Amino acid sequence: MELSGGQIVVQCLKDEGVEYLFGYPGGAVLHLYDAIFHQEEVKHILVRHEQAATHAADAYARATGKPGVVLVTSGPGATNAVTGIATAYMDSIPMIVISGQVPTAVIGSDAFQEVDMVGITRPCVKHNFLVKDVNDIAETMKKAFYVATTGRPGPVVIDIPKDITDPNILVPYKYPKKIKMRSYSPATKGHPRQIKKAIDLLLNAKRPVIYSGGGVVLGEASEELRELTRSLNFPITQTLMGLGAYPASDKQFIGMLGMHGTYESNLTMHESDVILAIGVRFDDRVTGKLAEFCPHATIIHIDIDPASISKTVKVDVPIVGDVKIVLKQMLELLKEQKKKPSKNALEAWWSRIDQWRSINCLEFDRDSELIKPQAVIEQLHEVTKGDAFITSDVGQHQMFAAQFYPFDKPRRWINSGGLGTMGFGLPAAIGVKLAHPEADVACVTGEASIQMCIQELSTALQYNTAIKIINLNNRYMGMVRQWQEFSYESRYSQSYMDTIPDFVKLAEAYGHVGIRVEKPEDVKPALEKAFAMKDRTVFLDILTDRTENVYPMIESGKGHQEMTLRVAPGTPINRELA
Amino acid sequence: MRHIISILIENEAGALSRVAGLFSARGYNIESLTVAPTEDPSLSRMTLVTRGTDDIIEQITKQLNKLIDIVKLIDLAETTHVERELMLVKVKTCKESREEIKRLADIFRGKIIDVTNNSYVIEMTGPSDKLDAFVAALDENNIIETVRSGPTGLSRGEKGLHL
Ligand SMILES: Cc1cc2nc3c(=O)[nH]c(=O)nc-3n(C[C@H](O)[C@H](O)[C@H](O)COP(=O)(O)OP(=O)(O)OC[C@H]3O[C@@H](n4cnc5c(N)ncnc54)[C@H](O)[C@@H]3O)c2cc1C
Ligand SMILES: Cc1ncc(C[n+]2csc(CCOP(=O)(O)OP(=O)(O)O)c2C)c(N)n1
Ligand SMILES: [Mg+2]
Repeated sequence: MELSGGQIVVQCLKDEGVEYLFGYPGGAVLHLYDAIFHQEEVKHILVRHEQAATHAADAYARATGKPGVVLVTSGPGATNAVTGIATAYMDSIPMIVISGQVPTAVIGSDAFQEVDMVGITRPCVKHNFLVKDVNDIAETMKKAFYVATTGRPGPVVIDIPKDITDPNILVPYKYPKKIKMRSYSPATKGHPRQIKKAIDLLLNAKRPVIYSGGGVVLGEASEELRELTRSLNFPITQTLMGLGAYPASDKQFIGMLGMHGTYESNLTMHESDVILAIGVRFDDRVTGKLAEFCPHATIIHIDIDPASISKTVKVDVPIVGDVKIVLKQMLELLKEQKKKPSKNALEAWWSRIDQWRSINCLEFDRDSELIKPQAVIEQLHEVTKGDAFITSDVGQHQMFAAQFYPFDKPRRWINSGGLGTMGFGLPAAIGVKLAHPEADVACVTGEASIQMCIQELSTALQYNTAIKIINLNNRYMGMVRQWQEFSYESRYSQSYMDTIPDFVKLAEAYGHVGIRVEKPEDVKPALEKAFAMKDRTVFLDILTDRTENVYPMIESGKGHQEMTLRVAPGTPINRELA
Repeated sequence: MRHIISILIENEAGALSRVAGLFSARGYNIESLTVAPTEDPSLSRMTLVTRGTDDIIEQITKQLNKLIDIVKLIDLAETTHVERELMLVKVKTCKESREEIKRLADIFRGKIIDVTNNSYVIEMTGPSDKLDAFVAALDENNIIETVRSGPTGLSRGEKGLHL
């Protein structure tokens, strides 16, 4: 088969089984767009800004486990994509970004719409390629998909100069079935000796805890995690990125840990003697002050990326390998053991944890006359029967969603954790809805975040992705305001906007349904109404209590044992614990 | 502590900048860096000298290993090894100093590879501290310019860094 470079790119996507291509055209990719025009297998989703293409593709990947694919033009198209590439990179999301480049002959001459895309993205991709020969396209594409989806996943950029896709130059096409790279071979199995050590530690632990994260979602190891946790009867906490991998409604789940984690999770970590860390990266939002992190614990860490191990916190038993395989190895070995974890020790441990639990650290004022954002999320959970895909933006609303929507399945909670990218939520919801057209998809957002990619309301109409936007409108950049309240004596420097659009009219202008909600009793009916409109995108502009804060909170520079709690509603205190 | 990291890397455009970029992005220091293709033209061999605590060196080697273009690497400081650096020094000479400088170069096993009426270019190889010692022994005012390759090295014995 003889094809042009442009046709080859499209054919590679078909051979990879790519369903959706999120993109935006321009001069350098016109040959490619012409090749797209002549086929229907790969469906192109035309966004309104390239950043949104990357977020939508990224969220498609998060919701399905399959790589998201993006196509942008050179120069501004490419730079607009960078935020989304960095977002995917920080959360280890498999993504392929094809960017157009100026013709090879003029690269380096400051040609029209030329940027050094390979150079710009180098620090925020797993790998990138510049294709200089039409004969190299197929192999490069294969390598890109292979690298992006194996090992610790991540985004891969393929920069393709315009002349390489020239419709007049035809070359033979064959998509490689398999690819081997001598310089890249991701780990799979864990070392048996390390696994034995880990099992011995776990069986002798008196105050154990499982700390699990995004790696379990990425590695599709929820089942194994559940089996291991249940068979050991250990408490389990999860990071923001891990939510859903272990069912939140299970009694062994003690909540998220870290800066806005639960009291019981952070104290369980702090007091533990053995930690089994699974697919986590000891992020600073999780550990708090490193010098005070888990002072009594021996730490076992399973991760596919050796560089994640002992990066910030020194671990005692590193296990490099794929989480699914390693957990299987552990389960097998565990079955062969006669020894069981000490029942008495575990009972005593659980009763301490239950005591911590009993303070109900997430409780909020349920009698308020104002709409509490927490209550909105609880009702969202009810109305969607806990079975929706929830995307979010970044801020207080994101934390409320994480705390108050108990996720029982992986890949349901779609948010930007590592980069914390405002603007992620709306395009992400579009990507998720395309992946799961029958499912309920909601975007929990704030009035500041939603304005960062608001133009995508237009995309949502074009592709009829019926999503529900839950705008927790507190008329503040709430998360910023909260920090200013705590650390800058409530000097609210630039954390509110004097003008906010009328979101109802805005939604209507984009062809959707807009509903404003101002009273607590109207929240649930509005949600029910919104979700009943199966084929419409609905924008719920919910005016929430402006002064609400996210609790608990570990302020920066503090340790797990120094959480700020809301004791009586609205009055934070600092509680030092013995 | 000083570490010499020896790297086999795909000989591809941009491979060097991936390594250099990693160091600047993560705030690791590079004392020197040399790179050239090997007997297999598809591979380059890079020698990188850096300093840091054990924890930092561990992160450096892990992060380097993560780069897709890097095939293999070893930290020579962890094995017995030989290391050599090449230096060229151009010095001013006059009638009175010519003999003296020649003798000094001989003592350090340097070779004079260019001569004019009032200058020498001296070539010298050796461990870096020997080159330092030679430079220190020269009269500072006589040095016109120096250029050093940065150290390269191999582990001792029959094992080597190859595919
Ligand atoms: C406003 C805001 C507040 C936040 N507050 C919190 C908070 O309170 N608590 C919290 O937890 N986070 C919080 N975060 C998120 C935080 O910044 C980090 O993104 C998050 O903690 C990282 O999660 P993780 O450790 O699970 O790692 P991830 O970023 O999910 O990384 C996954 C890890 O798993 C490994 N891995 C990947 N695939 C596999 C595999 N197949 N097998 C084995 N290992 C694998 C990777 O190498 C990596 O080390 C907050 C973010 C924002 C924006
Ligand atoms: C692109 C980007 N710019 C700035 C920030 C810093 N930031 C984090 S949260 C936040 C405020 C978000 O406000 P809003 O969307 O209204 O959410 P709220 O906290 O009020 O729920 C800001 C500005 C960010 N995370 N991302
Ligand atoms: Mg807000």
